[in-house]
Amino acid sequence: MRLISFFSVGILFGIVMTKSEAISWFRIHEMFRFESFHMYGIIGTAVVVGALIIALMKRFKVKTLRDTFVSYTPMPLRVSRHLMAGSIFGLGWALMGACPGPMFVMLGHGFWIFGLVILSATLGTFTYGIVRDRLPH
Amino acid sequence: MELVSYPQGWINLLSGAWHWSVSGLAIAGILFMMTYLGRSFGVSTAFKNMCTIAGAGKKYEFFRSDLNNDYWRLAFVAGAIGGGFIASTFLAGPDVAISAATIDHLQQDFGMAYPQGGGFLPVEIFNFSNPKGIILTIIGGFLVGFGARYGQGCTSGHAITGLSHLQLPSLITVIGFFIGGLAMTWLIMPLLF
Repeated sequence: MRLISFFSVGILFGIVMTKSEAISWFRIHEMFRFESFHMYGIIGTAVVVGALIIALMKRFKVKTLRDTFVSYTPMPLRVSRHLMAGSIFGLGWALMGACPGPMFVMLGHGFWIFGLVILSATLGTFTYGIVRDRLPH
Repeated sequence: MELVSYPQGWINLLSGAWHWSVSGLAIAGILFMMTYLGRSFGVSTAFKNMCTIAGAGKKYEFFRSDLNNDYWRLAFVAGAIGGGFIASTFLAGPDVAISAATIDHLQQDFGMAYPQGGGFLPVEIFNFSNPKGIILTIIGGFLVGFGARYGQGCTSGHAITGLSHLQLPSLITVIGFFIGGLAMTWLIMPLLF
């Protein structure tokens, strides 16, 4: 039952990512070239409204369906790690024009090459798991 | 408002181009649903889960985890694929209306015609019959998967969820996303296309 809820929200996510055009390689390229406000408007609206929603849920101690309160386990602040990791991610994001969520949505569109993208992203994650002890964190 | 008084009207309204504020609100709505369902919204851990399912945990401790806490994410990702199918099959709209400046740049600098691929993908590069596209695809996917785990999250986990929780590490990661993205777009891609 719970899984069906997440599956349904996933379907909604796929539709929203498509209609927002956030899955478009061209939109991402345009964003990194600062030639349109579109993507900044989307992310900005989502973050401002999202922050308000989260703040209200915390303020009014909303119980989630898992019987927990809304919280976030903070990550330790490691500036160089997050800058370095973020940059590696950003290189791939700009080249693929897709971050992980949209990769799956694009697969649903029938762009089968995204099966390969997802496979190599999984391989990238696997490689991280192997070499992580040797990376600065 | 005759447009919305019958089902086809709703579908037409949904399939048209969405204003960025509508899209932003919809994403905030998804963040709310995920939060209310009791999970922290983030997609990229799905790659790690797939490693675990493939048996990577047998050899590497990093991938050893109880998948019972992760099936929700795989259900979400399966839904995302289904949502993409539904959107492309029933809600297909006009080609993505990118700016004239970007169209000019693509044409002049990269030799890419626009519109193509429904406005979603330069299919002349990213398809199975183009060896260069396949190589770029493998490299790009790898960087995303590697960077996301190294930085403990991707766009959904950091830029949407983390920033909504006012997390400084997320802000720094998002700045990193842009350092890498700008370097790829302005420095590396002109050498590739």
